[in-house]
Order: sequence, then C-alpha cells, then structure tokens
Amino acid sequence: MTREAGRGMRDAEAAHGAEALSSEAAPHPASRIPHSASRIPHPAPRTPRPASRPWLLALPVLALLLWAVVYPNLSVIIGSFAKGLGLWHEFVQSPADREALVNTILIAIGSVVSATAVGLPLAFLLTRVEFRGRRILSVVATLPAALPPLVGVIAFLFLYGESGVVTRAVQNVLGLDHAPWTLNGIGAIIFVHAYTMYVYVFLFVSAALERFDTSLEDAASGLGASRRRVLWRVTLPMLTPSLLGAMLLVFMSAMGSFSAPYIFGGGIRVLSTQIVASKLNGSIGMAYVETTVLAVSALIALALLRWFERRRRYTMAGRGGGTRRIVLRSPVWRVLAPVLAVALVVLLVLPHAMVILVSFAKDGTWTTQVLPPQYTLENFRRLATESQLWVPIRNSVTMTIIATAADIVVCFFAAYLIVLRRFTGRRLLRMLVALPWAIPATAIALGLAATFDRNALFAARVLLVGTFWILPLAYFIRGIPLVATATEGSLAQMDPSLEDAARGLGASWWLTMRRVILPAARPGLVAGAMLAAVTAVGEFVASIVLYTHANRPISIEILAQLRNFAFGTAAAYSVLLIALVLLIALAARFTEGRGAQAETISAG
Amino acid sequence: MTQNVSPVAQPALALRALTRRFGSQVAVDHVSLDVARGELLALIGASGSGKTTTLRMIAGYEFPDEGRVLLTGDDGVQRDITALPPQKRNFGMVFQHYALFPHMTVGENVAFGLEARGMSKRERAARAEQALAATGLGGAAGRPVQSLSGGEQQRVALARAIVIEPQVLLLDEPLSNLDYALRQAMHTELRATLRRFGVTVVFVTHDQEDAFAVADRVAMMSRGRLLQVGSPDELYDRPASREVAEFIGRATLVPARFDGQCATIRIGESERCVQAVASSDSATPRDVVAVLRPDALGFTSPEASDAWPGIVSGRRFTGALVAYRVRVSDTIEVEVVSHDRSVREGDRVALRVTREPVAVV
Repeated sequence: MTREAGRGMRDAEAAHGAEALSSEAAPHPASRIPHSASRIPHPAPRTPRPASRPWLLALPVLALLLWAVVYPNLSVIIGSFAKGLGLWHEFVQSPADREALVNTILIAIGSVVSATAVGLPLAFLLTRVEFRGRRILSVVATLPAALPPLVGVIAFLFLYGESGVVTRAVQNVLGLDHAPWTLNGIGAIIFVHAYTMYVYVFLFVSAALERFDTSLEDAASGLGASRRRVLWRVTLPMLTPSLLGAMLLVFMSAMGSFSAPYIFGGGIRVLSTQIVASKLNGSIGMAYVETTVLAVSALIALALLRWFERRRRYTMAGRGGGTRRIVLRSPVWRVLAPVLAVALVVLLVLPHAMVILVSFAKDGTWTTQVLPPQYTLENFRRLATESQLWVPIRNSVTMTIIATAADIVVCFFAAYLIVLRRFTGRRLLRMLVALPWAIPATAIALGLAATFDRNALFAARVLLVGTFWILPLAYFIRGIPLVATATEGSLAQMDPSLEDAARGLGASWWLTMRRVILPAARPGLVAGAMLAAVTAVGEFVASIVLYTHANRPISIEILAQLRNFAFGTAAAYSVLLIALVLLIALAARFTEGRGAQAETISAG
Repeated sequence: MTQNVSPVAQPALALRALTRRFGSQVAVDHVSLDVARGELLALIGASGSGKTTTLRMIAGYEFPDEGRVLLTGDDGVQRDITALPPQKRNFGMVFQHYALFPHMTVGENVAFGLEARGMSKRERAARAEQALAATGLGGAAGRPVQSLSGGEQQRVALARAIVIEPQVLLLDEPLSNLDYALRQAMHTELRATLRRFGVTVVFVTHDQEDAFAVADRVAMMSRGRLLQVGSPDELYDRPASREVAEFIGRATLVPARFDGQCATIRIGESERCVQAVASSDSATPRDVVAVLRPDALGFTSPEASDAWPGIVSGRRFTGALVAYRVRVSDTIEVEVVSHDRSVREGDRVALRVTREPVAVV
C-alpha cells in the first residue's frame, strides 16, 4: 500500500523539491532547445499572434488564483492593521504571543535537526549498504508519510502518551508508580515531528544518492582524500541542494504544524494554536496579527533557503556510473544489521499497528491496562450503520472529490501556461501556484474566514463561512501547489515542438490539448492529484478553523470522539482514513496503469 | 552586391521583406525570397543566421515584426498568410527532433493530421499506411514510436507531414540527427521521395552537403540577412560575397586586382593574371579577393609559363582524391585536390589554374 503511496510521494516531492529549490529548476533536457532562436529572450511580439492568445486562458486562471490565494491573505494582513499599529503593539507586548513565536521557531529548528538526524543516516544506509532486510526497510521507511498528521499524533498518544502502551509497559517493567515520562511540551512535539517529517529528508536524499555518481568519490579517494574528507568535501556538498530542499520542507511543515501542538501542547503555546485560540476567544484582530507573523516567517524562511540554495547548486555531469552498494563483510554486522533493521521496522510500523489495534478496542474499557482488555467489531459496525457517524465520512469523501477535481482542472491549465506559454504574467502565475505551499494551513483557513464571511459582489466576497463550500475551497487551495508542481514537472519533460507539430498538422487548440498536452501532463497530474486527495481526505488544520456541524470531516469527528474518550471509535475512523489513503493511492496507480502504454514508450 | 530577390515566374511561396526582432537583436532582417511550385529550396547558414526563425515564420510558429508571407493556392490566387496560425496553413513540417508523439503508435502519429481534419478512422488508417509505405516503413503502423531508430523516426516524421498533402513542406534540419553513413543514404532517398510527391519544399540545414544533395536551389543566410540564392553550382562558382565564398565549399581566398575580365594575383615577386568574373559588372579596376577552389587548381610542369612554384606543406587522403596544401609564397598557402597520389609533403611542385574563370568577390 504505502509503497505506492511512497513512490507517488517520491515523484511528486521530487518535483516539489525542484520547485522549492528554485523556480527556474525545471528539468531542461536537450530536446527543450530545438531551435537556435529559442535561446534568445522572447518578448511579446509586436504583431498580434492569432495563433496563440495565452491571455485568453491566463486571465481566468490568474484571476481565480488571485481571488482564492492572494485576496484572503491580503484581507488578513489588512485586518491586522485595523487599529493602525495597535494590534501589532498588543502582539509585541503580549508575553503569550512572544512565547508562541519563540516556541514555534524552536520547534521548527528542533524538527529540522531531529528529522535530518533520522532521515540522513537512514538514506545513506538504505542506498549505500546491502544487507538482509534492506528492501523491506526501504519500503517501510516511507510509511509515516502515509499517515494523516492527526492520525499520527493519535497513534503516538496511544503508544507513548501517559496511558500509552509503551509508557505503561515501561512503567510495569520498572515497577514505577507513575508514568516514566509525559508526552507533552516542546520535546513531545519535536518527537512526533521527527517521526512524521524525517520521510522528507529520507526521500530527497535517497533520490539524490540514487542519482549520485560514485565514481566522484572514487576520484576523490584516488586523489588521496580520506573517507571523512570525501564525505565532507564531495558527497555532502553534492547532496546539499536535496538536503536543503528537504530541510526547508521540514522547517515550514513544523512551523505550520497544528495537530501535534494542539494535542500534546499542554501549556505550550505556538503560533498556529494561538491563532485558533484567538479566533475562538473572539479576538479576531489578534488572530490576524498572529497569522501574518506566521505566514511572513514561513515566507522569509522560504526566501532565505532559496537564496542560499541558488548560491550552491551542482549539476551532475554525465549520466553517472550509478550507485554501488557496500556489502557488509564483518560477521558481527552481518548478524546485527538485520536485527537492527527489524527493530527499526517495528518502530516505524508500531503507530499504524497501534491504531488498528485500538480500533478493535471496546470503547470505555481501556483504562489502566497496558493493552486494551476487550476487543470488538462494534466500532466499525457503528461507523457503517449509525448515520451520525457516517456523515463525516461522506463529507470528507465528497469534499475531497470536489477539491481534487478542481485542482486537476485549474492546475492542468496553470502548468500548461507556465511551462509552454510565454506571456508577461507567467512568473506571477508560477509564484501564485507555489504560494499556498509556503503559507501554513492555519493562515490559509483564517484568510478564508476573514474574506468569505459576507456577500459583497463588488469586493468579490461571497458568503462561504458556515456553508458547505468553505472546506472544499480550503482543500482546493492546499492542493494547488501539489498538483501544479507535479504537472509542471511532467510537462517540462515534453518536447515543446510536439505542440507545434500538432498545430502544424492542423489540430485545433482543443484537439492539441486533449491528444498531445494532456497525455504528456498525465503522470504529474495523477501523482499530484493523489497527493492533493490524500491531504484533503485527512485534512485537519484548516478544517478545525472552518468546519460547521453539517460539513464536519473525519478528522474533526476523530477529535470529538477522542474528547469523549471513545478511543475505539476514534481509532476506527483513523483506520478508515488510512484505508482511504490506500484507496486513493490504488486509484492513482490504476489510472497510471491505463496510461501504461505511454509510460512504457517513454521508458523505452 | 547582395541579391535578395530571385524572381520566380509563379512562386508558390513568397517572402517579402520578412523581419523578426528579439529585443534589440534582429534575427531575420528583410528577407525576400520566392519558391517555385514543386521546388526544393534549402535555407543554409551557420547557427544563429536566422534560418530557423525564417522557417518558423513560414510555418506560422513565429510572426514577423515586418514583412509578409504570400502563398499561391491551387487556384492560382496569391494570398497573404502572414498572420495565419499554423493549423490553418496546411503546411507539413518535419521537426529537427521529429516531435513524434511519444504516447501514440507510428500509425496514430501519421494519422494525427487526418484526425484533425475529421477523417474517418478507416480512411485515416489507409492513408497513413500509404504514406508509411511511400517512406519505406510499410507495415510499421502498429509499432510504438520509441522503438524506432533515428532513420525510422525521420521517415515517420516525413510520412506524418506529407500525409496531409501539404501545400508546402518544411523541414528543420531533417538530417542532423542521423549518423554519417545513414545521412549519405538519406540524401538520395529524401530527394527521390520529395520529388515523387512533387511538393514545394523549404528545408533548413547548416550542412552544405545536405543542401547540395537534396535541394534544387540554395538560399544562404547570415546574421539574419539573405546573402545569395541560386543553384548549388552558382553558389559554388559565383559566390556573391566573401562570406558566401567562405561558407560554401573549400576555397583559398587570395587578394587580387580585378579590371573586369582579369584578376591579377601577386605571388611573391611575380604576378599572374587569371580569367575572372564578379557578381557585379563593373569595369573599373578595384581590389578584390579571388576565390581559388581546390578543384580549379592542378599540378603542372615547372617549365610551363603560367606555373606557380610551391612546396607541399600538407597531404590528406580523402579516397577518390588527395587534398594537398601547397605553400606558393610567404603569405599564401592554397588547397589543391588531385588524382595524383604520388606527391609527398615537402615536394617542390608547380601549380596552375585549371578552370577559368575564377570568382572574385
């Protein structure tokens, strides 16, 4: 299951990573420069070009993105100045907010360090060393990415929380009369982040290592460099772009993270939870300031790393000799390595296993025991039969389908414009589709809440807050960068003269789109749509700000069940979410299979 | 001196002062050109000479800042198609990298233009098969395009372009992706195929061998301007400018004084007069450059009155002929091709002009 999810992730993340690292980083195969003239910068031609009027398509796409992505965030920023600098003054004076800002940054840095500490060695181990169990471990290593963030947090609660299985087990073994640790505070948040976010580092670095030409290392050691020098002077510098891309992704995910601080925060304040708290307290102005600070910090982090990345980028010359794997020779390691691998697999699978186990636990029976004492199928039966419990499932599925379908349509045209058309708004468009990726989900949600709270035709405002449509809109926005960047990646690999060829053969614009551009975009479109759907179906952060009772999604229901100590029901929902993720991955794979002909051709 | 327009009685395609600028750079500068019906015209030039941009303007992928593209239809009426989009021109184009649709089979690729014209599936398949057979790929319709070799891809691209029965067929460096031996074979075949279809062809190449082998006429471009249009031997024997003389064929350019009939070439202490022609008729004596082609020179006996003594400084065996470099003075070293294989480096030899007149530019 997750193997496919993981592979899809890998492709899309790679595209995503390229986007993160540099907006100009689209792959340029030699076929992209078929005409000597195309190296010369193309300004808009003076004579009208009846053959292609990119504005006809670009204007609606740009308008939609400006309306859905930029406008809400602008509303938040403007709202933060409602009392001049008064709200900002209040923010700076407030000890709670200062604490939240510091905690947010500490958590982000801590998450980057811990995720790198786990992901980087694991990537080296799995790409460079051959041992029994390597293949299984490399599949399992991507499992945390298949866990919706809220479910991951809940799994950790069941495992390592005060009454968690591992905690109780250790307590019993050591004969302590209280839990050996408490799962709260900054440490707990970073712990969860390390588990869920190391996958980014692992995937990025693994991909780079697979592409890495080991003859570079051979060359360095041939020149007399020690192994340590080779690592520091050759290997790591070559990996820097991928590693930085992954670290950036972790940093920004951790800054915007909501589930972990919300559930284990305890007394700890972070910006994302402060925003929701301020909004619930009715201090909406304060929420605007906090949102602006969070979004701007994320954007600064993005700009900084992009700037840094641009200064050191390395292109691998030639196709590379491929990667050789070291075969372990020492007998100690040959025994130890599989044992460690198994231990690691268990550790990684434990959260999934735990959620599945608890989903069979009878609600209200698991109190002080290490494991739930009574098991039943009741939880699942209730999900299927009780209409009140069924509603969130129907909501999540419907809203995911709507949002993903919209993402596919809008992002296909956006990617087409970005990759294959030259027009003045191209850079703006490229920035707009990447923007929701940089802005934390809490900020996106608050922006929507601030903007679509009334009908005002001339201000382009529509009343969506409190209606069904606000959540599909939020999911749609969150999906844009995922679908657009993956599709851009696919289209960038297409020989642009294919479009010219089709038009030259007399094909109308629409026929060219359907028969030539769409097939070329398809792999990225499918991978991106899969990611967008996976994100939407388990979405929690924007949902908690925007949901109503009628459109409450699964994640909100999980939280409600948890609050009622109905652990079994909460876990059953979580299992259902994991199953939905699996289903989406399978659907994506099936769709790809139907396009397999195209794939085998391009592979040949 | 430059001859921009070469009027053709009934041009199928006519370019009039076509100009395209990219920023401050003039990629194509007032190019005017006539292509006769059924003619094979090669646009030749170094990279960056504007030949591809010109081709793309003919095809409708690029639009000129100034100038017009005129097309004479089957009804004999000339129409201005300058602003017509490519899908309305009914031109066939073979792209440099062929631009075959990777997700379609060979047959689907060839039939695509017919699909765009709303032709029935059966009719499409039949015509595609015909076109494939005509390019030597009969029976390959079901194959995936990625299984094709370079030469086969080129044939599919050609079949796809001709199956729509284009008014003009455009080829962008059609042979540049093939290896040397295949390219030699394709020269003859491409010309024969194009002749058989009787279609008007404009093709772009940077390789004069391709141009000479395939084209009826050659148009040479440099820095956006059209320098000369003519048959391959016209360009070779009567280059209109020094640039053409240097680009087309091998030549030794030697300073000379031209009086309208005779070019006086100074070699060391002595002067030799050779029959010469210039592209412009001016009888006033002037300083020129004489274009000495290697095949217009030959070995002669040292006693001959018109002999140029020299020392062989280089020898290159090319198969049918041997190419020698002969130093005739401190400043002049000429290239000579000869059937005579006996001459060695360092030999003292005598040369004479064996084919007059020579061109001066």
